Formats: sequence, structure tokens, C-alpha cells
Amino acid sequence: MSQPLIRVVGLGKSYRTAAGPFPALRGVDLGVDAGEFVAIMGQSGSGKSTFMNLLGCLDTPSSGDYFLAGRNVAHLGDDELAALRNRTLGFVFQGFNLLPRMNLEDNVGLPLVYAGVEREQRRRRARQELQRVGLHAYADSLPSRISGGQQQRVAIARALVNSPQLILADEPTGNLDSHTSEEIMALFAQLNRDGITILLVTHEADIAAHAKRQVRFLDGLIVSDITTPAGALARC
Amino acid sequence: MLKAMLGEAWYAMGANRLRTALTMLGMVIGVGSVVLMMAIGQGAQYAVAQTISTMGSNLYILISGSTSAGGLRSGGGGGPSLNVGDAEAIAELDGVSQVAPVHQGRQQLVHGPNNWSATVVGTTPAYLDARAWTIASGHPFGDSDVRSATRVALIGQTTADNLFGAEDPVGKAIRIQQSPFVVIGVLGQKGQNLDGRDQDDTVIVPLTTAQRKIFGTPFPGSVRLIMVQASSAEAMPAVEAGMIALLRQRHRLRDGQDNDFYVRNLTAAADSAAETTRVMSVLLGAIASVSLLVGGIGIMNIMLVSVTERTREIGIRMAIGARQKDILAQFLLEALMISVAGCLIGLLLGIAGALLINTMIDMVIVISGASVLVAFGVAAGIGIFFGYYPARRAAALDPIDALRHQ
Repeated sequence: MSQPLIRVVGLGKSYRTAAGPFPALRGVDLGVDAGEFVAIMGQSGSGKSTFMNLLGCLDTPSSGDYFLAGRNVAHLGDDELAALRNRTLGFVFQGFNLLPRMNLEDNVGLPLVYAGVEREQRRRRARQELQRVGLHAYADSLPSRISGGQQQRVAIARALVNSPQLILADEPTGNLDSHTSEEIMALFAQLNRDGITILLVTHEADIAAHAKRQVRFLDGLIVSDITTPAGALARC
Repeated sequence: MLKAMLGEAWYAMGANRLRTALTMLGMVIGVGSVVLMMAIGQGAQYAVAQTISTMGSNLYILISGSTSAGGLRSGGGGGPSLNVGDAEAIAELDGVSQVAPVHQGRQQLVHGPNNWSATVVGTTPAYLDARAWTIASGHPFGDSDVRSATRVALIGQTTADNLFGAEDPVGKAIRIQQSPFVVIGVLGQKGQNLDGRDQDDTVIVPLTTAQRKIFGTPFPGSVRLIMVQASSAEAMPAVEAGMIALLRQRHRLRDGQDNDFYVRNLTAAADSAAETTRVMSVLLGAIASVSLLVGGIGIMNIMLVSVTERTREIGIRMAIGARQKDILAQFLLEALMISVAGCLIGLLLGIAGALLINTMIDMVIVISGASVLVAFGVAAGIGIFFGYYPARRAAALDPIDALRHQ
């Protein structure tokens, strides 16, 4: 294995509050190789979402270094960060975050607009990704016409459309019932088998059980990092 | 990329149609009133310029009179102080291109059963050149006619219409003060002068004929007016000073004695008329521009509301890879589309309003390509200027803060 896809060294983030600075992350070290499927676990307030936002280049760390695909993110400008969010990683949110006025095809194709892809190609690739998540029949519908689980599938298709190396998912099943959650997790497992690295944040053990590796946060620090039976099985 | 963004801007405008329409209305009213006011102002300027151009350029009129004999003072025209000799002397001055002595008065004209009162102007051929007066039909009289006091006349359009109706006047006879005159030409049309007098209600005859057969003066050679044309606008001050010095010398006026003539600068009068209409059109434009400004502020206001409302959308876009300049361009484009669309509608309404005024009250309206271009450029400028601040604010949002916005 050459270099890890993600490497964080002493990553820290503190928020300014009325009661003085509050450290959400207190020096985290972690490496994730390409092809891994990692569940980030922990109770609310443990710093796992803060960690995810830093990995997603949505927020900037207060201290420490973050190397994504070998590049130190701290040294990148706004446009380069935008390019990373656009091409290298795909983000899946708890609240789906589709644009309500656009149909599914345009929603999925939106990252390609910012990548400067032509319209015909955008349509073709958006439909391809919708097909991958099983929703190509709804390409012309608005997000409000489909269920929550379907919306999350569309959001995953959007994250996939620019062929990223990495998918970051922040509580992707948090707003879904258990049956739909299982379907979403099965989709993530399939994507991981297709070679995409996946990091997902969850506080539910049965969701985390789908991952090959579980990293547990407590009070802004990593307290455990284990390989699950599923992961161990995959390694032999 | 641009096509996709145009489509999105169109979408965003359609999402809240009433709001977009009301914002646009501000621009419509602003641009419409600018176009309309400029059309009215330029129309007024055009009308005045038309009138001035009929008067002849760089003209002075010397008016005889203002005498003071034995303590009895009288104003212009009070005494026969100017004469043909003065006119000939002025013609020798540098910078003078035309000099025409004039003796004029209102007379009754008769042709067959018709009679008509018109201003009879006795002068020399130079008068037509100085006033830039064309001959519509027939031919003008020459210096020989002045020397031999022939009874020929050039008549204006109004006079021709009233005396001859549909008949061709050239070669026909008219009677002025019992003397028969042959009409040798009809003058081109000039319309009203700056005072509102009909310049076409006139008859022009040789100066000598007028003096001998019509006005009959006890002072042979004296004239009421001398019309002097300078060769250029730059030469006018020197010509004016030269004329005054020359006439004072010829009239043997001592230092301290008043001039026994008046100098009236027709160009100055024309300039002040033109200046008045220019100020009026600038004023109209300035007032209209205020409404354009208010329209622009309306756009800024709505764009700020829109940015706040769509903060979360901005966060999503940033999370999937929109750069700051993409967000900036998106909101700027939206502001630009509202203002340009408003401008187009305003342009059409303004032009329609101008045409309506033109047909309803018969006012001269000038819609120049320049004023349309200016209105369009200003509207686009307003879209960018007032759209920039909200767009900048949207682009400068922190992705994570924007995403957390409810």
C-alpha cells in the first residue's frame, strides 16, 4: 500500500462560545486507505460530525494537518477546496439536501455544472447514476414527489456523479426508518465493493455493523479503532 | 456553464413570480421615464435647433435710432441714423461675410380679387445669403435690380398661399401701395422664428424700390436695419467691436455720447434659447434618473432577501463543489436578468409613451439610438452595481455556516 487516502495528524478544532473556546476535537490521528469502509461512531457532542466536516473540506481545522490523497488541505485556497469537494469526494447529508426546485436529473447533475461538463454529458451521467441507485424512472420528478429513502438515494447518486474516490456520509440514515436504512446501507456496501472508499458517521450500532472498521469518538478524541468481523472476513 | 447558469437564474426568477415582477417594475418605470423624458427633451432641443437654423447663423442686426436731439430721447427706430453708406462701410470690415441694409414695414398686398397684409422687406441680394433663404421656384433679384429700382418681388409661402391659392405666382403681378410688382420667385419655407412670428408671411423687394415706391422716406438712403453676418462664430466679437467703432466714427459721435444705433446679436439670443431647452432636457433626464436609481435599490433589496432565504441552498452548492465565483456569478446574473428584462420592457413602454404624446399633442419627439443605448447600458450597470453587494455576500458565506442555516 502506498500512501493512505486520508491521513490526519493531531487534528484539532475548537469553537468560540460565550463561555470561552470549546474544543470539539482535541488532536486526532487517523489514516484511512483507499477501499476502506469506515464507520465513525460516538454520542452526540463527541466531535464525530466536526471531524466529518473537516474531512469534507467544509470547515477548517484550528490545529493539526489533514492530507487528502497526499495533499495538505491546509495549504489549499478556496477554489482548490471547492475542486476537492467537487471531484475528489462526495458528501451525503442526514437531511438529503436536494434542491427542491430542481428535478432529480438536474439535482444529480449539479456537481457536473461546477466541473464545467457540457449539458448532454451531464444528462447522460446523471441518468447513469440514477440508474445505479435504481431511480432512473423518476428523473423528471421533483424531490418533494419521492420518499425520504428515495431522496437519500438521489443524494448518493449526486455524490457519485463526478466519480469521487471517497464518499463521506454524515448520519445518512438518521432521518430514515430501519427498513429503508438497511436498503441505504446495502447500497453503500455495494459501492464499497465497487472500489469506493466510504466513511460514514452514525451513532447506531447496527448501522455501523455494515462497515469493515469502526472508529469510536469520545469528547473529541478517538477511543477505539477496531476491525469488524465483516472487515476481518474481507481481509482473509 | 453559462447556459446552465442562465437557466438557473431563469428558474430562480420564476420561483417567486410576483416578487420578480414587482422588482422589475421598478426598473420598467425607471427606464421608461428616462427614455420618455429624453425623447421629450431632445424633441424640444431639435425643435429649437430647427427654428434657429432658419434664422441664419452668426448674425447681427443693427437697428437705427436711439437718438437724443435737444434732450429728446427715443429708442430703436426712433430716427433714421443708419444709411446705405454705413452698410457699405461695414462690408469692408475683416470677418464680415454678408451685409444687407433693410427697410421693412407691413403693407397691404393685392392680387386680382385677393388682398393680404404682409411684412415687406426692402433689401439687397445679400439678405438672402445672410438668412440662408432658398428660392423654391423662380429666381432671386440681383444687384442691378437694386441699382435700377426695378419693381420685382420675392414672396414667402404664406403670402403666396393667401394671394394666389393654388395658382403659380411666378410671373404674376401684385400691387403694393398702388405700384405694380412682378413676382419673380417664391421663397423656401422657414416656419416660425424664435418669437413665434411666421417668417413666411413676407415679401422681399429691392431696397431702392421699397424706399421710393413703398415707404417713401424724406431721408434718401437711410435704412431701419442693417443685417450683418460674420464669417464665423469666432470672428463675431471682433466684428461687433469693429462695427461699433466704425459707426461711431462715421456718425461723428464724441466720447461719452451714446450710440445712435442698437446692436442685437441674434446668435446670442439663439444660444440662450438652445441653452434653455438643453437645461430643461438635462433636468428631465435627472429627475427620471432618480426613479432608475430607486429601481436599482429595489433590485438590491430583493437580492439581499433572496440571498438570506437561499443561504442553505448556497451551502449545498458549495458542498458539492461550487466556487465562490460560481455563487457570485449566479446571483449577479439573476440581478442582471431582472434589470435587463425590466429595461427592455421599460424601453418599449417609454417609446410607446413618446409616440402616444407625439400623436396626441403633436409635440416633437426624438428617440435617438444613443438614448436607447444609454438607458440599456445604465440598466445593465445598475444590475451589476446593485447586484454585486448581495452576490458578494452570498459568495463569501462559509460553507458550513450556510449548511447549518435553517
